[in-house]
Amino acid sequence: MKLEEFQAKKLFREYGIPVPDGLMATTAEEARSAAEQIECPVVVKAQVQAGGRGKAGGVKLARTPAETYKAAESILGMDIKGFRVERLLVDPAVSIAGEYYVGITIDRRKKLPVMMASASGGVDIEKVAAETPEKIFFQEINPERGLRSFEAKQLAFQLFADKKKALAAVSIMMRLWDCFHGVDASLVEINPLAELEDGSIIALDAKIVLDENAMFRHPVMEEMRLPTRAEKKELDAKSHGLSYVQLEGDIGCMVNGAGLALATMDLIKHLGGAPANFLDIGGSSSPGKVIHAMELLVSDSKVKAVFINVFGGITRCDDVASGLVAALQEIRTDIPLVIRLAGTNEEEGIRILSDFGITALKDMTEGAREAIRLAEEGGRG
Amino acid sequence: MSILIDESTRVMVQGLGRDGSFHAEQMKEYGTNIVAGVHPGKGGSSIHGFPVFNTAEEAARETGAECTVIFVPAPFAADAILAGANAGAGLVVAVTEGIPVLDMAKIVIELKELGTCLAGPNCPGLISPEKSKVGIMPGGIFRRGPVGVISRSGTLTYEVVNQLSLAGYGQSTAIGMGGDPVVGMKYNDYLELFEEDRETELVVIVGEIGGTDEQDAATFVKDRISKPVVGYVVGRSAPPGKRMGHAGAIISGADSTVEAKVAFLREKGIPVADTVEQIVNLVGDGLGGRN
Repeated sequence: MKLEEFQAKKLFREYGIPVPDGLMATTAEEARSAAEQIECPVVVKAQVQAGGRGKAGGVKLARTPAETYKAAESILGMDIKGFRVERLLVDPAVSIAGEYYVGITIDRRKKLPVMMASASGGVDIEKVAAETPEKIFFQEINPERGLRSFEAKQLAFQLFADKKKALAAVSIMMRLWDCFHGVDASLVEINPLAELEDGSIIALDAKIVLDENAMFRHPVMEEMRLPTRAEKKELDAKSHGLSYVQLEGDIGCMVNGAGLALATMDLIKHLGGAPANFLDIGGSSSPGKVIHAMELLVSDSKVKAVFINVFGGITRCDDVASGLVAALQEIRTDIPLVIRLAGTNEEEGIRILSDFGITALKDMTEGAREAIRLAEEGGRG
Repeated sequence: MSILIDESTRVMVQGLGRDGSFHAEQMKEYGTNIVAGVHPGKGGSSIHGFPVFNTAEEAARETGAECTVIFVPAPFAADAILAGANAGAGLVVAVTEGIPVLDMAKIVIELKELGTCLAGPNCPGLISPEKSKVGIMPGGIFRRGPVGVISRSGTLTYEVVNQLSLAGYGQSTAIGMGGDPVVGMKYNDYLELFEEDRETELVVIVGEIGGTDEQDAATFVKDRISKPVVGYVVGRSAPPGKRMGHAGAIISGADSTVEAKVAFLREKGIPVADTVEQIVNLVGDGLGGRN
């Protein structure tokens, strides 16, 4: 679960990481009154779960409350990388003397959290990583012991020669680990970690991604979830035990298992078609789940044909077929359907479906080809 | 031969809820040597013909279990894995899905100290066909034979195995290593075991978009593995923009797209299939047309 900047800064504040005293606004009027409270100049920042806001015009400096109103008006409703801006953060503007980077994530290879720090902070840390990797310093963290002060110092003195500034950075790094550990994050990032003209060190931006698997330990964080329209559909699917992501193509896919779902989408693409979505219905293919999954697929107006690809394992193909028949009797749609069923008792499963008048195949490639053909024929009238 | 498990492996099952109990029975039917179950509060009872204990320590002490399979719910699963490892199980297979990543990062350090092998979490387990199954794989589609299979996914493994079996290519051992950010053994650990295994003549690695495990495996194969290896990586059409922040990209240090992985595997001399059908052909080529 990705947090927006204003939420991440709130958590940073709770963990004692210095951040600007900004205010959240959802209308231009609220932004103006925020500017009046904070004292101008201010920075008006779009709150979206995507990087590159500045380049997209989603961050603006305003010298007066009236300018703040104007800036807010122009940013609200803006589309940044597919995200519609619905919220703003109004932060006091500061004078920056230097921009740095500090972040923590899980290193899959080392199987440990790792803190990364660089004196080349600012907008494009990915570019730094790709072109000048020697400018990024790493510190592995034993999650049982946590980040130790001396480990933070090793990083901080790579960034700051001045002792006072380095120790201020150490304090922020230690608190950043406490935050990462405390909220069960999979990523925390400060970019830029700024040195101001008065010599103080402060987090000007904040990014936190929470580990979905650990949300049971933080029920209160669930209230911070601010899904976008596309995510609402995904979340609704999730509540029914389905994993769904909408794409651009015209062949709706329903598959059991994430890996097989990816393989099915790849196969459709390989054969010249375009998958409309990723949809993993999980292990069991209960009629209720299939009904909901079909409703999801049918609600996408781009879908011209549906390809259901099920591998019957522990759940036998004849049971899966009976479930599908029960589900399909509930759903009225004129979208052509291809079902591919393989695995335990596949012959019996295919017979049950054929008796019901549904094209059922046991070969995955053949099934994908048939779905592409039907979509090309125009699908639903 | 096979790797990690065979008909003699003494297995205990931790977590006998609905799933654990169902799969314990399935495993036993398959021929797995299940010696004990572990479920707090159910100690002293028996299920499907094996005794149940309150703790993993007692189960291992009483029955000599050397392998454990974890069905314990996610909030308690990391502790259950440690319980199994500390009880003396040299191999822990964690089927449980949804374990917090920090829980796993904490326990893998102790597992390393104990010398415990961990498969998973969030994995379908492993199977040495016609000998033993530790996990939730559908036994019926597997055939005994010369092909080792290592995969990051579940049903896709079944799909691949089913097509291999139908084409007459049986498996020595098939493994789903799990899809979480932190898992125990990875491709390289299994590849090393397959290299030593006399029954295994060829290994199929099934990968996915994300991370750089496939690249690590390719380098390892080129440097250390003499047996033929066939690759397959899915996710070419995976949803774009689902990547996490900058730090993920920095840490992986390389491109984690399918295209980058496939190019890297091929560069290291590993033939890569575009579809499941092609895997079967490449396996046939690798085995010199035998089946």
